[in-house]
Amino acid sequence: MTPVRTVDVLVVGAGPAGLGAAARLAALGAGTVEVLERERDLGAVRRWAVAARRAGAVLRTGVTVTGWAGPLTLDTTSPAGRERVAARAVVLATGARERPRAARLVPGTRPAGVLTGGELRRAVRRHRQDVGTRAVVVGTEPDAARRAVRTLRRAGVEVAALVTRERWRAPGALTGRLPVLDGTAVTGLLGRGRLSGVRVRRGDGREATLACDTVVFTGEWVPEHELARSGGVALAPGTRGPAVDGAFRTSVAGVFAVGALLHGGASTVGAVVRGRAVAAPVLAYLSGRAPWPGAGVPVVADAPLRWVVPNRLGAGGGRFLVRAARPLVRPVVVVSQDGVLLLRRRVWRALVPSRSLPLPAGWAARVDPGGGPVRVRVW
Amino acid sequence: MTGGPLPAEPYDVVVVGAGVVGSAIARELARYPLRTALVDAADDVGEGTSKANTAILHTGFDAVPGSLEARLVREGQRLLTRYAAEAGIPVEPLGALLVAWDEEQLAALPGLARKARENGYRDARPIGAAELRAREPHLGPGALGALDVPGEGVICPWTTVLAYATQAVRAGVDLLLGCEVRDVRPGHELVTTRGVLRARYLVNAAGLYADELDRLLGHRDFNVRPRRGQLIVFDAFARDLVRHILLPVPTALGKGVLVSPTVHGKVLLGPTAEDVDDRTATGSTAEGLAFLREKGRRIVPALLDEEVTAVYAGLRAATEEDDYRIACHPGQRYVTVGGIRSTGLTASMAIAAHVVDLLAGAGLEPGPARELPAVRMPNLGEAFPRPYADARAIAADPAYGEIVCFCERVTRGEIRDALASAVPPASPAGLRRRTRAGAGRCQGYYCGAAVRALFEEAR
Repeated sequence: MTPVRTVDVLVVGAGPAGLGAAARLAALGAGTVEVLERERDLGAVRRWAVAARRAGAVLRTGVTVTGWAGPLTLDTTSPAGRERVAARAVVLATGARERPRAARLVPGTRPAGVLTGGELRRAVRRHRQDVGTRAVVVGTEPDAARRAVRTLRRAGVEVAALVTRERWRAPGALTGRLPVLDGTAVTGLLGRGRLSGVRVRRGDGREATLACDTVVFTGEWVPEHELARSGGVALAPGTRGPAVDGAFRTSVAGVFAVGALLHGGASTVGAVVRGRAVAAPVLAYLSGRAPWPGAGVPVVADAPLRWVVPNRLGAGGGRFLVRAARPLVRPVVVVSQDGVLLLRRRVWRALVPSRSLPLPAGWAARVDPGGGPVRVRVW
Repeated sequence: MTGGPLPAEPYDVVVVGAGVVGSAIARELARYPLRTALVDAADDVGEGTSKANTAILHTGFDAVPGSLEARLVREGQRLLTRYAAEAGIPVEPLGALLVAWDEEQLAALPGLARKARENGYRDARPIGAAELRAREPHLGPGALGALDVPGEGVICPWTTVLAYATQAVRAGVDLLLGCEVRDVRPGHELVTTRGVLRARYLVNAAGLYADELDRLLGHRDFNVRPRRGQLIVFDAFARDLVRHILLPVPTALGKGVLVSPTVHGKVLLGPTAEDVDDRTATGSTAEGLAFLREKGRRIVPALLDEEVTAVYAGLRAATEEDDYRIACHPGQRYVTVGGIRSTGLTASMAIAAHVVDLLAGAGLEPGPARELPAVRMPNLGEAFPRPYADARAIAADPAYGEIVCFCERVTRGEIRDALASAVPPASPAGLRRRTRAGAGRCQGYYCGAAVRALFEEAR
């Protein structure tokens, strides 16, 4: 192995969160800030890459981090060779991916023409590939589903239907002139060689076959947590992303995590903003002013809530984000520790699985550091 | 020669079926100065039953003592273990534990150890619950003991077929793909979808269709009864949960479900065993997957928390009998190799040697045998060095430093090599079996379009 090169801050992943973090860190004088990105082409985030470079960060694309060589030391592979890079702080911004068909356990055959929204986007935009003639889009998250519909239509593909397990109100407004089968599950894929159709089951039990040669599975974001996990970073059970406190600190000293890696999908602009927010905690850590906290009291979400972020208590942080596993109509959200009520709040709207609910964090000061986990529930 | 017109002059031997068995037979025949053709209806080798194998390199400890299968698996394991080391086929000698979950299964273990000895395998021994727990700490509660079979291993089923086919092709065997045999006229005139093919000797290794080909030759010795096996593959983090091949104890109700590490660094859960009528029914079902998950939860509960990378189903070419159905018809200069189930991967080289003996007995004069030029297959195994981590390989060729498939860390250099190989892939799925590109947790979210672009470029 080649000798170790050292930088001050290593950011893994040049998505919006990583670039936002790098730009802010470089601008605030964090020293040498380097972003490693395994893709060669930055695609849609190019403008934030320009901003990060202008601020003084070094951006290296086509460089894959393959693992940890030690604390805060990473091994990389690129066409230039193998390299080991050590840092004083590491910011993980590896993003999230859409759960593919197999992991959704959709049965049936394994024909060509089965995509995720991300693969569809790359196939159409970057490679100008043929993606079929008639498609079905599957997904519970309106943003991701809408994006796939747009991409398909731009590529000249007829969108036969949008299939979602959720109950969507005013579906017509969602995508315009598009049959939306809500409350519907995909029960199988058909076809050999090329996809010939998908089987669906409506909420009332009726089944049907939708003829199509492409199916796009969207949403169901899975944090790309493999690097974090292989470095011993503890995951939060609800999100399957790294457990962090309000200052984006993981369970491993010097390792921060930001962006979609924390809980799955997030809007691009939102991720840039949240990426920037990691800069102050990183600087505080580098200056030695803020020693790494211990494990901290975990914050957990009970069903029917799916997750809460941050999921460990520590210094810093403005608010908590909560996500529901299923639609909840005007729920009362309750935060408590060992039976002691910390917050009780009525939500005057429906809570849907595709949108986060922000919760104020004032109650965090009243948490007993030696007590049990803080639970977030609905009444 | 995978495409183009078929030659008019007869081949000495035509092998129908380019699965693991047919490819092994073609490779064995390639050692002799014979004109041999390896023919398959599909457009790639190993495209049928072979690609959906459970990937275990068996000792044959649980075969029926005295059966042909018992002998060929035993010999085949020895041959394939040696060949794998030469050809770069990944093998991991993990050992197997047959886990007993109830008193009936526990009581069956000594008998299985005896049967293993009858099969010439002497290292199987029952172990207690405490030792089992120490060796498999993530096993679910309630395991009472196990039979330790240290000789069992896991192997890459895809590389095995490719190594055989590659070596055969390089030694002069004609590989005729997309060439479905529709009829056999007297004198071994094979009417195929690509034209007429003539053979002096014919070998039927047609797997799921072996009985149909047999019938064209006038034999009704057996019927293929496809038995579907559905499998779930879990991602790399699951690999830390399982140290051995965890086999079920066979009972009256069938062979049951196994949990096994794979040489690709993942964990396999399966297979189901469903008799189906349709020889193309390789789809998974909701019931099958639910059944596997329920079994998996019992065996290694933490497995179910891990991400699934693939779900697939294969059809075993079972017949109404338990043993292999290998028969020689000397008068017809014809050998049938039927009823080869999942052990066929292990037994493949021994089956091949046996078939060539049978052909010789039927009058084929193969001529002097020679050593085949060695092949060295690209390594797909996690236990062995791979190009992305090889500084010297990258320095010599930067394409080995350009990772295209991030989940499986497959480089552009490896994809380029596979596309230019002696037996090139016919589809992105074929490329996946040669490189692992697209076989990971993202299932193409990141790399699918890029891999397809490389594949299209090479066509």
